[in-house]
Amino acid sequence: MSPQPKNWKEIPLGGACWKSSTEYKTGDWRSYKPIWNSEKCTRCMFCHIYCPEGAIKYEPETNDMVFDYDFCKGCGICANECPATAIEMVLEGKE
Amino acid sequence: MAKVEQKIVPLNGDNAVAYAVKQCDVDVVAAYPITPQTIIVEKFSEYVADGEVDTAFVCVESEHTAMTCSITASATGARTFTATASAGLALMHEMLGVASGCRTPVVMSVVNRALSAPINIHCDHSDAMCERDIGWIQIYAENSQEAYDSIIQAFKIAENLDVMLPTMVGLDGFVLSHTLENVSILPDDAVKKFVGERQVPQVMNHEGELVPFKLDPAKPLTIGPLDLHDYYFEHKRQQEESMIKALDVIKKVHDEYSKQSGRTYGNGLVEAYRLDDAEIVTVCMGSTAGTVKTVVDELREKGIKAGLLRIRAFRPLPVKDIISNLAGKKAVAVMDRACSFGGNGGPLFHEIRHAVYDVPNRPKLVNYVYGLGGRDMQPHMIETIYNELQKIAQTGQVEETVQFIGLRE
Ligand code: SF4
Ligand code: SF4
Repeated sequence: MSPQPKNWKEIPLGGACWKSSTEYKTGDWRSYKPIWNSEKCTRCMFCHIYCPEGAIKYEPETNDMVFDYDFCKGCGICANECPATAIEMVLEGKE
Repeated sequence: MAKVEQKIVPLNGDNAVAYAVKQCDVDVVAAYPITPQTIIVEKFSEYVADGEVDTAFVCVESEHTAMTCSITASATGARTFTATASAGLALMHEMLGVASGCRTPVVMSVVNRALSAPINIHCDHSDAMCERDIGWIQIYAENSQEAYDSIIQAFKIAENLDVMLPTMVGLDGFVLSHTLENVSILPDDAVKKFVGERQVPQVMNHEGELVPFKLDPAKPLTIGPLDLHDYYFEHKRQQEESMIKALDVIKKVHDEYSKQSGRTYGNGLVEAYRLDDAEIVTVCMGSTAGTVKTVVDELREKGIKAGLLRIRAFRPLPVKDIISNLAGKKAVAVMDRACSFGGNGGPLFHEIRHAVYDVPNRPKLVNYVYGLGGRDMQPHMIETIYNELQKIAQTGQVEETVQFIGLRE
Protein backbone atom coordinates (compact mmCIF):
# COMPACT_ATOMS: atom_id res chain seq x y z
CA MET A 1 0.00 0.00 0.00
CA SER A 2 1.17 3.50 -0.71
CA PRO A 3 2.19 5.38 2.41
CA GLN A 4 0.13 8.49 1.59
CA PRO A 5 -3.05 7.46 -0.23
CA LYS A 6 -4.19 9.97 -2.85
CA ASN A 7 -7.68 11.44 -2.89
CA TRP A 8 -10.26 10.95 -5.65
CA LYS A 9 -9.23 14.10 -7.49
CA GLU A 10 -5.60 13.05 -7.69
CA ILE A 11 -5.81 9.55 -9.12
CA PRO A 12 -6.17 8.79 -12.84
CA LEU A 13 -9.60 7.84 -14.12
CA GLY A 14 -10.76 4.34 -14.99
CA GLY A 15 -8.50 2.67 -12.46
CA ALA A 16 -5.51 3.29 -14.72
CA CYS A 17 -2.43 2.06 -12.84
CA TRP A 18 -0.30 4.98 -11.76
CA LYS A 19 2.13 2.79 -9.85
CA SER A 20 4.00 -0.35 -10.69
CA SER A 21 2.64 -3.49 -9.05
CA THR A 22 6.09 -3.94 -7.47
CA GLU A 23 5.17 -0.99 -5.26
CA TYR A 24 2.14 -2.83 -4.00
CA LYS A 25 3.50 -4.86 -1.11
CA THR A 26 1.19 -7.86 -0.97
CA GLY A 27 3.17 -9.02 2.03
CA ASP A 28 0.76 -6.79 4.03
CA TRP A 29 -1.94 -9.40 3.50
CA ARG A 30 -0.06 -12.26 5.13
CA SER A 31 -1.17 -13.86 8.37
CA TYR A 32 0.73 -17.14 7.94
CA LYS A 33 4.37 -17.06 6.92
CA PRO A 34 6.12 -19.80 4.93
CA ILE A 35 9.26 -20.98 6.76
CA TRP A 36 11.71 -22.91 4.63
CA ASN A 37 13.71 -25.87 5.91
CA SER A 38 17.03 -26.19 4.06
CA GLU A 39 17.69 -29.73 5.37
CA LYS A 40 14.47 -31.21 4.05
CA CYS A 41 14.48 -29.23 0.76
CA THR A 42 15.52 -31.14 -2.39
CA ARG A 43 15.73 -27.94 -4.54
CA CYS A 44 13.06 -29.30 -6.87
CA MET A 45 11.86 -25.72 -7.61
CA PHE A 46 8.16 -26.59 -7.38
CA CYS A 47 7.60 -23.76 -4.92
CA HIS A 48 9.31 -21.28 -7.25
CA ILE A 49 6.99 -22.30 -10.09
CA TYR A 50 3.80 -22.48 -8.03
CA CYS A 51 4.12 -19.23 -6.07
CA PRO A 52 1.50 -16.88 -7.54
CA GLU A 53 3.47 -13.82 -6.42
CA GLY A 54 6.85 -14.86 -7.81
CA ALA A 55 8.11 -14.44 -4.28
CA ILE A 56 10.42 -17.47 -4.17
CA LYS A 57 13.68 -17.62 -6.04
CA TYR A 58 16.68 -19.93 -6.03
CA GLU A 59 20.00 -18.37 -5.06
CA PRO A 60 22.75 -20.45 -6.79
CA GLU A 61 25.59 -18.91 -4.80
CA THR A 62 24.24 -20.00 -1.46
CA ASN A 63 22.09 -22.89 -2.77
CA ASP A 64 19.14 -21.40 -0.89
CA MET A 65 15.44 -20.93 -1.71
CA VAL A 66 14.92 -17.24 -0.88
CA PHE A 67 11.49 -15.90 0.09
CA ASP A 68 10.65 -12.25 -0.56
CA TYR A 69 8.38 -11.44 2.37
CA ASP A 70 7.52 -8.02 0.91
CA PHE A 71 5.42 -9.88 -1.64
CA CYS A 72 4.68 -13.29 -0.12
CA LYS A 73 0.96 -12.99 0.69
CA GLY A 74 0.87 -16.10 2.84
CA CYS A 75 -1.38 -18.16 0.58
CA GLY A 76 0.35 -21.41 1.53
CA ILE A 77 0.45 -22.83 -1.99
CA CYS A 78 4.21 -23.42 -1.75
CA ALA A 79 3.81 -25.40 1.49
CA ASN A 80 0.95 -27.37 0.00
CA GLU A 81 2.84 -28.26 -3.18
CA CYS A 82 6.27 -28.95 -1.67
CA PRO A 83 6.87 -32.72 -2.15
CA ALA A 84 9.42 -32.74 0.69
CA THR A 85 7.26 -30.90 3.28
CA ALA A 86 10.16 -28.47 3.54
CA ILE A 87 7.88 -25.43 3.98
CA GLU A 88 5.84 -24.82 7.10
CA MET A 89 3.17 -22.13 7.40
CA VAL A 90 3.59 -20.40 10.77
CA LEU A 91 1.31 -17.75 12.26
CA GLU A 92 2.89 -14.29 11.98
CA GLY A 93 4.66 -13.38 15.20
CA LYS A 94 4.99 -17.08 16.17
CA GLU A 95 7.77 -17.93 13.72
CA MET B 1 -22.48 27.05 -37.06
CA ALA B 2 -25.37 27.79 -39.33
CA LYS B 3 -28.29 25.54 -40.03
CA VAL B 4 -27.43 23.05 -42.75
CA GLU B 5 -29.39 21.69 -45.70
CA GLN B 6 -31.03 18.39 -44.73
CA LYS B 7 -32.72 15.66 -46.69
CA ILE B 8 -35.85 13.93 -45.54
CA VAL B 9 -35.67 10.14 -45.63
CA PRO B 10 -38.40 7.73 -44.58
CA LEU B 11 -36.80 5.61 -41.86
CA ASN B 12 -37.96 3.50 -38.99
CA GLY B 13 -36.29 4.06 -35.62
CA ASP B 14 -33.77 1.27 -36.03
CA ASN B 15 -32.76 2.44 -39.49
CA ALA B 16 -32.50 6.00 -38.20
CA VAL B 17 -30.06 4.77 -35.54
CA ALA B 18 -28.02 2.76 -38.07
CA TYR B 19 -27.90 5.79 -40.38
CA ALA B 20 -26.64 8.02 -37.57
CA VAL B 21 -23.95 5.51 -36.64
CA LYS B 22 -22.90 5.31 -40.30
CA GLN B 23 -22.29 9.05 -40.30
CA CYS B 24 -20.38 9.17 -37.00
CA ASP B 25 -17.10 7.73 -38.27
CA VAL B 26 -17.28 4.78 -35.87
CA ASP B 27 -14.22 2.52 -35.65
CA VAL B 28 -15.73 -0.59 -34.11
CA VAL B 29 -19.23 -2.02 -33.90
CA ALA B 30 -19.65 -5.28 -31.97
CA ALA B 31 -23.23 -6.43 -31.72
CA TYR B 32 -25.57 -9.36 -31.47
CA PRO B 33 -29.05 -9.16 -32.96
CA ILE B 34 -32.13 -9.26 -30.74
CA THR B 35 -35.70 -8.20 -31.46
CA PRO B 36 -36.56 -5.31 -31.77
CA GLN B 37 -33.01 -4.06 -32.28
CA THR B 38 -32.18 -6.51 -35.10
CA ILE B 39 -32.64 -4.03 -37.93
CA ILE B 40 -29.86 -1.82 -36.55
CA VAL B 41 -27.34 -4.65 -36.65
CA GLU B 42 -28.53 -5.92 -40.05
CA LYS B 43 -28.51 -2.49 -41.62
CA PHE B 44 -25.14 -1.60 -40.23
CA SER B 45 -23.57 -4.87 -41.39
CA GLU B 46 -24.87 -3.99 -44.87
CA TYR B 47 -23.10 -0.65 -44.70
CA VAL B 48 -19.93 -2.51 -43.78
CA ALA B 49 -20.37 -5.11 -46.55
CA ASP B 50 -21.08 -2.40 -49.13
CA GLY B 51 -17.97 -0.49 -48.12
CA GLU B 52 -19.99 2.54 -47.06
CA VAL B 53 -18.18 2.74 -43.72
CA ASP B 54 -14.66 2.16 -42.53
CA THR B 55 -15.74 0.24 -39.44
CA ALA B 56 -14.56 -3.08 -38.01
CA PHE B 57 -17.78 -5.04 -37.50
CA VAL B 58 -17.47 -7.85 -34.97
CA CYS B 59 -20.14 -10.51 -35.15
CA VAL B 60 -20.10 -11.80 -31.58
CA GLU B 61 -21.77 -14.84 -30.04
CA SER B 62 -23.64 -13.07 -27.23
CA GLU B 63 -24.44 -9.69 -25.78
CA HIS B 64 -22.01 -10.27 -22.93
CA THR B 65 -19.28 -10.51 -25.55
CA ALA B 66 -20.73 -7.61 -27.54
CA MET B 67 -20.17 -5.42 -24.51
CA THR B 68 -16.78 -6.94 -23.63
CA CYS B 69 -15.63 -6.36 -27.19
CA SER B 70 -16.98 -2.80 -27.15
CA ILE B 71 -15.19 -2.02 -23.89
CA THR B 72 -11.84 -3.30 -25.09
CA ALA B 73 -12.16 -1.57 -28.46
CA SER B 74 -13.08 1.67 -26.75
CA ALA B 75 -10.17 1.26 -24.34
CA THR B 76 -7.77 1.41 -27.31
CA GLY B 77 -9.19 4.82 -28.16
CA ALA B 78 -11.59 3.56 -30.83
CA ARG B 79 -15.01 5.13 -31.29
CA THR B 80 -17.34 2.25 -30.49
CA PHE B 81 -21.02 1.47 -30.90
CA THR B 82 -23.30 -1.40 -30.03
CA ALA B 83 -27.03 -1.97 -29.73
CA THR B 84 -29.26 -4.28 -27.77
CA ALA B 85 -32.64 -4.77 -26.08
CA SER B 86 -34.31 -6.57 -23.20
CA ALA B 87 -32.63 -9.90 -22.39
CA GLY B 88 -29.58 -8.78 -24.35
CA LEU B 89 -29.13 -5.80 -22.05
CA ALA B 90 -29.68 -8.03 -19.05
CA LEU B 91 -26.97 -10.40 -20.28
CA MET B 92 -24.62 -7.42 -20.64
CA HIS B 93 -25.25 -6.32 -17.07
CA GLU B 94 -21.93 -7.45 -15.62
CA MET B 95 -19.96 -5.77 -18.39
CA LEU B 96 -21.97 -2.55 -18.28
CA GLY B 97 -20.37 -1.82 -14.93
CA VAL B 98 -16.96 -2.59 -16.38
CA ALA B 99 -17.63 -0.14 -19.23
CA SER B 100 -18.50 2.69 -16.86
CA GLY B 101 -15.77 1.75 -14.36
CA CYS B 102 -13.10 1.63 -17.06
CA ARG B 103 -14.42 4.93 -18.41
CA THR B 104 -14.90 3.61 -21.93
CA PRO B 105 -17.32 5.93 -23.75
CA VAL B 106 -19.20 3.26 -25.68
CA VAL B 107 -22.44 4.43 -27.28
CA MET B 108 -25.29 1.94 -27.30
CA SER B 109 -28.85 2.13 -28.52
CA VAL B 110 -31.25 0.21 -26.34
CA VAL B 111 -34.46 -0.58 -28.19
CA ASN B 112 -36.57 -0.78 -25.07
CA ARG B 113 -38.39 -4.07 -24.67
CA ALA B 114 -39.99 -5.97 -21.79
CA LEU B 115 -38.04 -8.56 -19.82
CA SER B 116 -38.99 -12.22 -19.60
CA ALA B 117 -40.86 -14.13 -18.23
CA PRO B 118 -43.35 -14.58 -19.76
CA ILE B 119 -41.47 -13.84 -22.92
CA ASN B 120 -42.56 -10.64 -24.63
CA ILE B 121 -40.94 -8.77 -27.49
CA HIS B 122 -42.80 -5.47 -27.12
CA CYS B 123 -42.00 -2.16 -25.54
CA ASP B 124 -41.59 -1.20 -21.98
CA HIS B 125 -38.69 0.34 -20.09
CA SER B 126 -37.96 -2.43 -17.61
CA ASP B 127 -34.76 -3.46 -19.42
CA ALA B 128 -33.05 -0.09 -19.08
CA MET B 129 -34.52 0.69 -15.65
CA CYS B 130 -32.65 -2.36 -14.33
CA GLU B 131 -29.45 -0.59 -15.39
CA ARG B 132 -30.23 2.66 -13.64
CA ASP B 133 -27.30 2.45 -11.23
CA ILE B 134 -24.70 0.90 -13.50
CA GLY B 135 -22.98 4.19 -14.35
CA TRP B 136 -24.27 4.77 -17.87
CA ILE B 137 -25.78 7.99 -19.16
CA GLN B 138 -29.36 7.28 -20.28
CA ILE B 139 -31.17 9.35 -22.89
CA TYR B 140 -34.69 8.53 -24.12
CA ALA B 141 -36.00 9.50 -27.55
CA GLU B 142 -39.59 10.42 -28.26
CA ASN B 143 -39.51 9.61 -31.98
CA SER B 144 -37.18 8.27 -34.66
CA GLN B 145 -35.96 11.74 -35.54
CA GLU B 146 -34.83 12.19 -31.97
CA ALA B 147 -33.26 8.73 -31.95
CA TYR B 148 -31.19 9.77 -34.98
CA ASP B 149 -30.23 13.12 -33.44
CA SER B 150 -29.53 11.60 -30.01
CA ILE B 151 -27.12 8.96 -31.33
CA ILE B 152 -25.01 11.65 -32.96
CA GLN B 153 -25.11 13.73 -29.78
CA ALA B 154 -24.34 10.67 -27.66
CA PHE B 155 -20.86 10.21 -29.15
CA LYS B 156 -20.01 13.80 -28.36
CA ILE B 157 -21.39 13.55 -24.83
CA ALA B 158 -19.82 10.20 -23.97
CA GLU B 159 -16.39 11.10 -25.37
CA ASN B 160 -16.25 14.56 -23.79
CA LEU B 161 -13.13 14.57 -21.62
CA ASP B 162 -15.09 15.81 -18.61
CA VAL B 163 -17.55 12.95 -19.04
CA MET B 164 -15.84 9.81 -20.43
CA LEU B 165 -18.87 7.68 -19.61
CA PRO B 166 -20.73 5.13 -21.72
CA THR B 167 -24.06 6.38 -22.99
CA MET B 168 -27.23 4.58 -23.94
CA VAL B 169 -29.95 6.01 -26.12
CA GLY B 170 -33.33 4.42 -25.52
CA LEU B 171 -35.98 4.15 -28.21
CA ASP B 172 -39.27 2.37 -27.73
CA GLY B 173 -39.37 -1.10 -29.25
CA PHE B 174 -41.70 -1.42 -32.27
CA VAL B 175 -43.47 1.87 -31.51
CA LEU B 176 -40.35 3.60 -32.84
CA SER B 177 -38.01 0.84 -33.97
CA HIS B 178 -40.35 -0.61 -36.60
CA THR B 179 -42.47 2.41 -37.50
CA LEU B 180 -41.69 4.44 -40.59
CA GLU B 181 -41.27 8.15 -40.04
CA ASN B 182 -39.90 11.06 -42.05
CA VAL B 183 -36.45 11.69 -40.62
CA SER B 184 -34.34 14.74 -41.51
CA ILE B 185 -30.79 13.67 -42.17
CA LEU B 186 -27.79 15.97 -41.83
CA PRO B 187 -25.12 15.81 -44.55
CA ASP B 188 -22.35 13.25 -43.87
CA ASP B 189 -19.62 15.87 -43.59
CA ALA B 190 -21.65 17.99 -41.16
CA VAL B 191 -22.06 15.03 -38.81
CA LYS B 192 -18.44 14.00 -39.18
CA LYS B 193 -17.34 17.52 -38.34
CA PHE B 194 -19.76 17.74 -35.45
CA VAL B 195 -18.60 14.56 -33.72
CA GLY B 196 -14.93 15.19 -34.65
CA GLU B 197 -12.06 12.82 -33.89
CA ARG B 198 -12.21 11.00 -30.58
CA GLN B 199 -9.90 12.57 -28.01
CA VAL B 200 -8.48 10.86 -24.93
CA PRO B 201 -7.24 12.46 -21.71
CA GLN B 202 -3.67 12.15 -20.42
CA VAL B 203 -3.10 10.00 -17.36
CA MET B 204 -0.14 9.00 -15.25
CA ASN B 205 1.04 5.46 -15.98
CA HIS B 206 2.83 2.97 -13.72
CA GLU B 207 6.19 4.56 -14.55
CA GLY B 208 5.02 8.00 -13.47
CA GLU B 209 4.85 9.19 -17.07
CA LEU B 210 1.91 11.09 -18.62
CA VAL B 211 0.44 8.96 -21.39
CA PRO B 212 -2.80 8.98 -23.40
CA PHE B 213 -5.62 7.10 -21.63
CA LYS B 214 -5.75 4.20 -24.07
CA LEU B 215 -4.32 0.74 -24.52
CA ASP B 216 -1.31 1.14 -26.78
CA PRO B 217 1.69 -1.24 -26.83
CA ALA B 218 3.98 1.72 -27.52
CA LYS B 219 2.92 3.38 -24.26
CA PRO B 220 1.72 0.56 -22.01
CA LEU B 221 -1.10 1.25 -19.57
CA THR B 222 -3.24 -0.96 -17.37
CA ILE B 223 -6.88 0.07 -17.03
CA GLY B 224 -9.29 -1.06 -14.35
CA PRO B 225 -7.55 -3.92 -12.52
CA LEU B 226 -7.80 -4.64 -8.79
CA ASP B 227 -8.91 -1.86 -6.45
CA LEU B 228 -9.55 -2.79 -2.83
CA HIS B 229 -10.81 -0.81 0.13
CA ASP B 230 -7.92 1.55 -0.47
CA TYR B 231 -8.96 3.06 -3.86
CA TYR B 232 -12.27 1.61 -5.11
CA PHE B 233 -14.33 4.23 -3.30
CA GLU B 234 -12.26 7.06 -4.86
CA HIS B 235 -12.84 5.70 -8.36
CA LYS B 236 -16.60 5.49 -7.78
CA ARG B 237 -16.60 9.09 -6.57
CA GLN B 238 -14.89 10.08 -9.83
CA GLN B 239 -17.69 8.42 -11.79
CA GLU B 240 -20.29 10.36 -9.82
CA GLU B 241 -18.46 13.62 -10.50
CA SER B 242 -18.44 12.92 -14.23
CA MET B 243 -22.17 12.21 -14.13
CA ILE B 244 -22.72 15.61 -12.52
CA LYS B 245 -20.57 17.26 -15.20
CA ALA B 246 -22.50 15.39 -17.89
CA LEU B 247 -25.60 17.48 -17.07
CA ASP B 248 -23.99 20.56 -18.59
CA VAL B 249 -22.33 18.67 -21.41
CA ILE B 250 -25.64 17.12 -22.53
CA LYS B 251 -27.17 20.60 -22.68
CA LYS B 252 -24.23 22.12 -24.54
CA VAL B 253 -24.03 19.31 -27.09
CA HIS B 254 -27.80 19.52 -27.60
CA ASP B 255 -27.61 23.29 -28.18
CA GLU B 256 -24.64 23.05 -30.50
CA TYR B 257 -26.34 20.33 -32.53
CA SER B 258 -29.61 22.21 -32.75
CA LYS B 259 -27.82 25.14 -34.40
CA GLN B 260 -27.24 22.88 -37.39
CA SER B 261 -30.39 20.81 -37.29
CA GLY B 262 -32.84 23.48 -36.21
CA ARG B 263 -34.37 20.91 -33.85
CA THR B 264 -34.53 21.24 -30.08
CA TYR B 265 -35.67 18.84 -27.40
CA GLY B 266 -36.32 21.16 -24.51
CA ASN B 267 -32.95 22.05 -23.00
CA GLY B 268 -31.57 18.61 -23.87
CA LEU B 269 -32.26 17.23 -20.40
CA VAL B 270 -36.00 17.76 -20.08
CA GLU B 271 -38.65 19.00 -22.44
CA ALA B 272 -41.43 21.12 -21.00
CA TYR B 273 -44.60 21.09 -23.09
CA ARG B 274 -47.17 23.83 -22.40
CA LEU B 275 -45.93 23.86 -18.86
CA ASP B 276 -45.52 27.56 -18.00
CA ASP B 277 -49.07 28.15 -16.77
CA ALA B 278 -49.98 24.50 -16.37
CA GLU B 279 -51.63 23.37 -13.14
CA ILE B 280 -51.84 19.65 -13.79
CA VAL B 281 -48.86 17.90 -15.29
CA THR B 282 -47.82 14.46 -16.42
CA VAL B 283 -44.20 13.29 -16.50
CA CYS B 284 -43.05 10.56 -18.86
CA MET B 285 -40.25 9.29 -21.09
CA GLY B 286 -40.10 7.99 -24.64
CA SER B 287 -42.70 7.76 -27.37
CA THR B 288 -45.70 8.11 -25.04
CA ALA B 289 -44.85 11.81 -24.82
CA GLY B 290 -46.07 12.23 -28.40
CA THR B 291 -49.53 10.94 -27.49
CA VAL B 292 -49.58 12.99 -24.30
CA LYS B 293 -48.86 16.18 -26.29
CA THR B 294 -51.93 15.55 -28.46
CA VAL B 295 -54.07 15.07 -25.36
CA VAL B 296 -52.62 18.20 -23.76
CA ASP B 297 -53.53 20.21 -26.87
CA GLU B 298 -57.09 18.91 -26.74
CA LEU B 299 -57.43 19.69 -23.05
CA ARG B 300 -56.01 23.14 -23.57
CA GLU B 301 -58.72 23.82 -26.16
CA LYS B 302 -61.22 23.03 -23.42
CA GLY B 303 -59.47 25.54 -21.18
CA ILE B 304 -57.87 22.91 -18.94
CA LYS B 305 -54.38 23.93 -17.85
CA ALA B 306 -52.61 20.70 -18.69
CA GLY B 307 -48.91 20.29 -19.37
CA LEU B 308 -46.21 17.68 -19.87
CA LEU B 309 -42.66 17.29 -18.61
CA ARG B 310 -40.74 14.80 -20.70
CA ILE B 311 -37.59 13.44 -19.13
CA ARG B 312 -34.97 13.06 -21.88
CA ALA B 313 -31.94 12.44 -19.67
CA PHE B 314 -32.78 9.90 -16.97
CA ARG B 315 -29.11 9.54 -15.97
CA PRO B 316 -27.77 11.92 -14.92
CA LEU B 317 -31.09 12.95 -13.42
CA PRO B 318 -31.70 16.66 -14.08
CA VAL B 319 -32.95 17.39 -10.58
CA LYS B 320 -32.77 21.19 -10.93
CA ASP B 321 -34.82 21.16 -14.13
CA ILE B 322 -37.38 18.82 -12.60
CA ILE B 323 -37.72 21.17 -9.62
CA SER B 324 -37.96 24.34 -11.70
CA ASN B 325 -40.64 22.79 -13.90
CA LEU B 326 -42.73 21.10 -11.22
CA ALA B 327 -42.50 23.44 -8.22
CA GLY B 328 -45.82 25.15 -7.61
CA LYS B 329 -47.85 22.82 -9.83
CA LYS B 330 -51.03 21.55 -8.23
CA ALA B 331 -50.92 17.88 -9.21
CA VAL B 332 -48.42 15.77 -11.09
CA ALA B 333 -48.81 12.24 -12.47
CA VAL B 334 -45.62 10.34 -13.17
CA MET B 335 -46.08 7.69 -15.85
CA ASP B 336 -43.87 4.64 -15.56
CA ARG B 337 -43.43 2.12 -18.34
CA ALA B 338 -41.76 -0.22 -15.84
CA CYS B 339 -42.61 -1.73 -12.51
CA SER B 340 -40.36 -1.69 -9.48
CA PHE B 341 -41.83 -4.75 -7.83
CA GLY B 342 -42.45 -4.09 -4.18
CA GLY B 343 -41.05 -0.58 -4.51
CA ASN B 344 -44.31 1.34 -4.06
CA GLY B 345 -44.35 2.83 -7.54
CA GLY B 346 -42.31 2.74 -10.71
CA PRO B 347 -38.68 3.87 -10.97
CA LEU B 348 -39.42 7.21 -12.64
CA PHE B 349 -41.93 7.99 -9.88
CA HIS B 350 -39.27 7.39 -7.25
CA GLU B 351 -36.87 9.70 -9.04
CA ILE B 352 -39.36 12.52 -9.51
CA ARG B 353 -40.66 12.26 -5.97
CA HIS B 354 -37.09 12.35 -4.67
CA ALA B 355 -36.27 15.38 -6.84
CA VAL B 356 -39.14 17.53 -5.55
CA TYR B 357 -39.04 16.45 -1.91
CA ASP B 358 -37.12 19.49 -0.69
CA VAL B 359 -39.29 22.00 -2.54
CA PRO B 360 -41.69 23.71 -0.13
CA ASN B 361 -44.39 24.19 -2.78
CA ARG B 362 -44.03 20.71 -4.20
CA PRO B 363 -47.02 19.33 -6.07
CA LYS B 364 -49.23 16.42 -5.07
CA LEU B 365 -47.81 13.36 -6.79
CA VAL B 366 -49.41 10.26 -8.15
CA ASN B 367 -47.96 7.35 -10.12
CA TYR B 368 -49.38 5.46 -13.08
CA VAL B 369 -47.70 2.27 -14.25
CA TYR B 370 -48.70 1.72 -17.89
CA GLY B 371 -47.87 -0.04 -21.12
CA LEU B 372 -46.04 -3.08 -19.76
CA GLY B 373 -45.17 -5.60 -22.45
CA GLY B 374 -46.29 -3.24 -25.20
CA ARG B 375 -49.82 -2.60 -23.90
CA ASP B 376 -51.06 0.35 -25.94
CA MET B 377 -51.29 3.68 -24.14
CA GLN B 378 -54.31 5.29 -25.72
CA PRO B 379 -55.31 8.95 -25.61
CA HIS B 380 -58.43 8.23 -23.52
CA MET B 381 -56.24 6.67 -20.80
CA ILE B 382 -54.11 9.78 -20.70
CA GLU B 383 -57.29 11.84 -20.46
CA THR B 384 -58.34 9.70 -17.50
CA ILE B 385 -55.05 10.57 -15.81
CA TYR B 386 -55.60 14.30 -16.37
CA ASN B 387 -59.17 13.96 -15.03
CA GLU B 388 -57.79 12.35 -11.89
CA LEU B 389 -55.22 15.13 -11.62
CA GLN B 390 -57.99 17.72 -11.78
CA LYS B 391 -59.69 16.02 -8.84
CA ILE B 392 -56.45 15.96 -6.88
CA ALA B 393 -55.84 19.62 -7.73
CA GLN B 394 -59.32 20.54 -6.45
CA THR B 395 -59.32 18.45 -3.28
CA GLY B 396 -55.63 18.43 -2.47
CA GLN B 397 -56.07 14.73 -1.71
CA VAL B 398 -54.36 11.75 -3.34
CA GLU B 399 -56.54 8.71 -2.80
CA GLU B 400 -54.32 6.07 -4.33
CA THR B 401 -50.67 6.90 -4.91
CA VAL B 402 -49.76 4.05 -7.23
CA GLN B 403 -52.15 2.91 -9.93
CA PHE B 404 -52.08 0.74 -13.01
CA ILE B 405 -53.67 2.11 -16.14
CA GLY B 406 -54.73 0.07 -19.15
CA LEU B 407 -54.92 -3.03 -16.98
CA ARG B 408 -58.02 -5.23 -16.87
CA GLU B 409 -59.14 -5.03 -13.25
S1 SF4 C 1 2.88 -18.53 0.83
FE1 SF4 C 1 2.07 -18.17 -1.24
S2 SF4 C 1 2.87 -16.16 -1.75
FE2 SF4 C 1 4.07 -16.86 -0.01
S3 SF4 C 1 5.83 -17.80 -0.91
FE3 SF4 C 1 4.34 -19.43 -0.57
S4 SF4 C 1 3.27 -19.56 -2.49
FE4 SF4 C 1 4.34 -17.61 -2.53
S1 SF4 D 1 9.07 -27.23 -3.32
FE1 SF4 D 1 9.94 -27.85 -1.37
S2 SF4 D 1 11.58 -29.23 -1.93
FE2 SF4 D 1 11.03 -28.13 -3.79
S3 SF4 D 1 12.42 -26.39 -3.80
FE3 SF4 D 1 10.60 -25.69 -2.79
S4 SF4 D 1 10.98 -26.03 -0.62
FE4 SF4 D 1 12.48 -27.22 -1.75
